[in-house]
Amino acid sequence: MKLSLGPVQYYWSREDLLDFYRQVADMPVDLVYLGETVCSKRRLFRFDDWMDTARMLRDAGKEVVLSTLALLEAESELKTLRRICANGEFLVEANDMAAVQLLSAAGLPFVAGPTVNIYNAATLGVLADAGLKRWVPAVELDKDTLAAIGQEAPEQVETELFAWGRMPLAMSARCYTARAYDLPKDDCQYRCLDHADGLTLRTREGEPFLAINGIQTQSALTCNLLPEIKTMDGLGIDVLRISPQARHTDRIVQAFAEALQGGSELPDLQRLMPVGGCDGYWHGEAGMRRHSA
Amino acid sequence: MQLVCPAGNLPSLKAAIDEGADVVYLGFRDDTNARNFAGLNFNDKTLAQGLDYVCGRGREVYVALNTYPRPQGWKRWQAAVDRAAEMQANALIAADMGVLDYAANRYPDLPLHLSVQGSATNYEALTFYRERFGIRRAVLPRVLSMPQVKHVADNAPMEIEVFGFGSLCVMVEGRCLLSSYAAGQSPNTHGCCSPAGEVRYEETATGMETRLGGVLVDRVGKGENAGYPTVCKGRYDALDKTYYAMEEPTSLNTLDLLPKLLAAGIAAIKIEGRQRSPAYVRQVTRVWRQAIDSCLSDPAGFQPRGEWMQQLGAVSEGQQTTLGAYHRTWQ
Repeated sequence: MKLSLGPVQYYWSREDLLDFYRQVADMPVDLVYLGETVCSKRRLFRFDDWMDTARMLRDAGKEVVLSTLALLEAESELKTLRRICANGEFLVEANDMAAVQLLSAAGLPFVAGPTVNIYNAATLGVLADAGLKRWVPAVELDKDTLAAIGQEAPEQVETELFAWGRMPLAMSARCYTARAYDLPKDDCQYRCLDHADGLTLRTREGEPFLAINGIQTQSALTCNLLPEIKTMDGLGIDVLRISPQARHTDRIVQAFAEALQGGSELPDLQRLMPVGGCDGYWHGEAGMRRHSA
Repeated sequence: MQLVCPAGNLPSLKAAIDEGADVVYLGFRDDTNARNFAGLNFNDKTLAQGLDYVCGRGREVYVALNTYPRPQGWKRWQAAVDRAAEMQANALIAADMGVLDYAANRYPDLPLHLSVQGSATNYEALTFYRERFGIRRAVLPRVLSMPQVKHVADNAPMEIEVFGFGSLCVMVEGRCLLSSYAAGQSPNTHGCCSPAGEVRYEETATGMETRLGGVLVDRVGKGENAGYPTVCKGRYDALDKTYYAMEEPTSLNTLDLLPKLLAAGIAAIKIEGRQRSPAYVRQVTRVWRQAIDSCLSDPAGFQPRGEWMQQLGAVSEGQQTTLGAYHRTWQ
């Protein structure tokens, strides 16, 4: 199994992104996904910055994939998407069917991210015909379902599992970060910059429940499938994805890399999570439940 | 412009047809549709009766088969497509690409609509569905502003249907996992948001508490209405305040926009609410029939009547309505 680093889901400053990816060049990950997937207003890093970063990481030996917006509403967003799809150098991850359409029409192979709905092998077959190279299952799919899909999946299609991070659960036209500050979306003052791991929503009993990240809603709890690696044999999983977080990403990557090399000591990563872990989806339960995460 | 109304059961179907719906949409009694709640939907007998009622009056029936089958359920979804084709549904409303592929290949004469659960919010995505499956109409998620709806309608290679009234999904439909995160079942996998078995109402010293999967979604004081606990309409804590972090209990009502929707070439208005009562369906269908007729006869002079808004408000969640994402300031 290979290790990948997913796209940064949050809005980080330009300096923080540059610093982060300089470190990534030395991390033991095989693949890196780059790009803005949540909000088209986040423009501190422009297309050329992403391309420069992509080339830097490619030169450092990483396989780079350009990731794309998950919710596309405006023509300007489609325009940016077209530019990324036509980049000419790097594979692209589609997070919406618009990207699937553009890439397949251009005869280009693509990755389908976790917000492209694939729940069965028939759908994988349709997308394989369209050029699908690798897919990231929706985070709500359990291991039995993955095993069943894997049995009928087209042979050339790889599977990449979302194995670490606050999970993307929903998207809206409304910006919940702006709403939290009583600001209109059109004048959000980029408050996402203040929440490098999202803004935790707690229930009125104080339980961390969700995390707000602009128009995206995430789980407050961090999905952690590190303890499950030993149970993944035979599921046809080719890549494990780690979703970057503001701190400790290097230590998390290291822990996964050691586990994949057969290390028997599993470090306790609880302290590296923003508020705590979960792995319910993997076990076919409510996503927020915890077994060994 | 067609009026497409919800039929969660036979009495609702009759109410919709009696009040002037052009089309009713319905589902089979299982998780192949996105309103999989106990006591709802159609078995063979009620389906036959419903079809007689609708066809005898020259109206149409759409079958919603708009959830995402996992391998364990694949055969059941295939059988549901077969059943919709056999009953000669006027259209099949589906979301899953595997299901659409099966239907398009097996029943090329069965008109296919892309469900709102298909989650297509732009014309590039819609083009994929048109080219691969011959989709004739698409239902847009409730995340677009009015100018964006028009832009999609102008550029999409098929007819466009939009939601006019009913419960407001504030998340883009078809890609919302909030229900399964808290309660293990989502609209995509099980056809339900907030499964009833995971819902709890508890009277406590501090008020009525509503829970989903054990999570406290809201607590309301005496005299306040405790709504059905959906995650997106709950009150939570952040930034030192307790508030409706995503949306208040409210319903979508686009009656004000009817002339613009008509001018944008929208083919059909959909009313949400297969889980609601026949009385709701009757009331809402009656108002929307009058409104659409009034708008068609004089688009420039169209004004929603006060009594219509009042009647729709009375059957709305939280007794209040919003234009939702259609209106930019809501976003």
